[in-house]
Amino acid sequence: MRDGRGPDGAPVALRPVTATLIWIVVALVVVGLYLSWTAGRLDRLHARIDAARAALDAQLLRRASVAQELATSGVLDPAASIVLYEAAHAARQADEDQREVAESELSQALRAVFSDPRQVEEVRSAPGGAEAARELSEAVRRVPMARRFHNDAVGAARRLREHRKVRWFRLAGHAPFPMAFEMDDEPPQALVDRA
Amino acid sequence: MRIGIVCPYSWDVPGGVQFHIRDLAEYFIRQGHEVSVLAPADDDTPLPPYVVPAGRAVPVPYNGSVARLNFGFLSAARVRRWLHEGRFDVIHIHEPTSPSLGLLACWAAQGPIVATFHTSNPRSRAMIAAYSILQAALEKISARIAVSEYARRTLVEHLGGDAVVIPNGVDVDFFARAEPRPEWQGHTIGFIGRIDEPRKGLPVLMRALPKILAARPDTRLLVAGRGDEEEAVATLPAELRSHVEFLGMISDEDKARLLRSIDLYVAPNTGGESFGIILVEAMSAGAPVLASDLDAFAQVLDQGTAGELFANEDADALADAAVRLLGDPERRAELRERGREHVRRFDWSTVGADILSVYETVTAGAAAVAADDRTTGLRARLGLVRD
Repeated sequence: MRDGRGPDGAPVALRPVTATLIWIVVALVVVGLYLSWTAGRLDRLHARIDAARAALDAQLLRRASVAQELATSGVLDPAASIVLYEAAHAARQADEDQREVAESELSQALRAVFSDPRQVEEVRSAPGGAEAARELSEAVRRVPMARRFHNDAVGAARRLREHRKVRWFRLAGHAPFPMAFEMDDEPPQALVDRA
Repeated sequence: MRIGIVCPYSWDVPGGVQFHIRDLAEYFIRQGHEVSVLAPADDDTPLPPYVVPAGRAVPVPYNGSVARLNFGFLSAARVRRWLHEGRFDVIHIHEPTSPSLGLLACWAAQGPIVATFHTSNPRSRAMIAAYSILQAALEKISARIAVSEYARRTLVEHLGGDAVVIPNGVDVDFFARAEPRPEWQGHTIGFIGRIDEPRKGLPVLMRALPKILAARPDTRLLVAGRGDEEEAVATLPAELRSHVEFLGMISDEDKARLLRSIDLYVAPNTGGESFGIILVEAMSAGAPVLASDLDAFAQVLDQGTAGELFANEDADALADAAVRLLGDPERRAELRERGREHVRRFDWSTVGADILSVYETVTAGAAAVAADDRTTGLRARLGLVRD
């Protein structure tokens, strides 16, 4: 048997088959490890999207709350107060599928109310207004940031999920296809200008 | 907040990224945060108390010059130990695409990771080859920061995804309060940068100099930076060489005093710049700036309103603009005033607060940074570790 031949001198089929089998098993293990690693990557991306979405929700809520506070504080004129209150209230109450529109409208309302730097100055000079203005400018700066981080994570997950290996082997499981959060988040210039 | 910062380049070699990290760390420490910087350095290099050495960096040719980088088994182990002992709320990796500590940290960590992309190099061949490996590491970054709109664009084109733009910071008051030195004053043009690195643009300035001196013969050029001085003036006619003074490497204090003293700062860089911190420093010190019209420079100079721009590599355009500015004190005073206004947005008080808002945005609701056990070790490979 040492030379790979049977007693009658014919080659034994067993050895090449064993070798092939071993290679197949090795290949399967390698593919399995690679798929498991990819699934881990995807898992991590989904976790990142969840965290980014929670952060975005927190920033949006914060912005709407400060806006609503300002609207009811009596610092602004009645017309501006109503516009701002309306938009902030709608943004906080919006259903999930109306959220992007409502938040965009709040951005527009904020830009309309704070289009004039003098309006910002007036808020700052009111009692307790400096704090409110600071909170609002922080919130309007952080919303675009949080949204960019969220959509960046969504983009990365989508690119990976569109890959053949992920689709064929259903590595994404039952996780819903991630959606970007699209809205107008342009802050009022007068609030973000610090230079 | 417990902040871990990863520096990709040797701590004891001066460089823009290192200075940025030093200033950032010191700003956060002043604000009462706990900061630890992991940087390539020998164990016996004298380091500030907040820097943890990650071992000696190995000089390797990378990206057209010799870079000192950290990689390999020992560095990876040090990164993991640092992550484990630091218990950071957030880690901030600089230059995560360079094959050094940044990439290792990205690979080894999980949790809120912020990354700053400083350079805007076109994608290299190595990066294309390593794309999928790189992508898997970069996917972990929760927030990306680009130092300019230009750097952000290259980042989006080459790696996909998006980034927020936060410029590099400068201690504006340090430059604004520096004492001018009389021997550097009076019809002086300033240049700071490596003499022997053509992309810093000294050759362009040398070509323009004869024309400048023909129109304004009492002008002097002050050059601060490392390199061969003989070679730098080789193209200049012998009788004009006395108008060029080489100051060699200068300290931060002298740099500020130089910028306070000169009548015009010229930045003739020909490419490869993603920000242009020296322009901000010059403006902080109240020096009128004349720079080549690179994308990054145009942005720092607010498209030419805070300083003047000339066509890149065009020595004639540089000479004309310099002669005009040197002969027009009113215009220079105007540029000084505009520059002073403009640089406030680059002051650490503004830039640091912006970076902190990024940290706060990504840490909201997230767990702290930990060593990621899934990417290494056989157990992880076999799928035995689940999170």
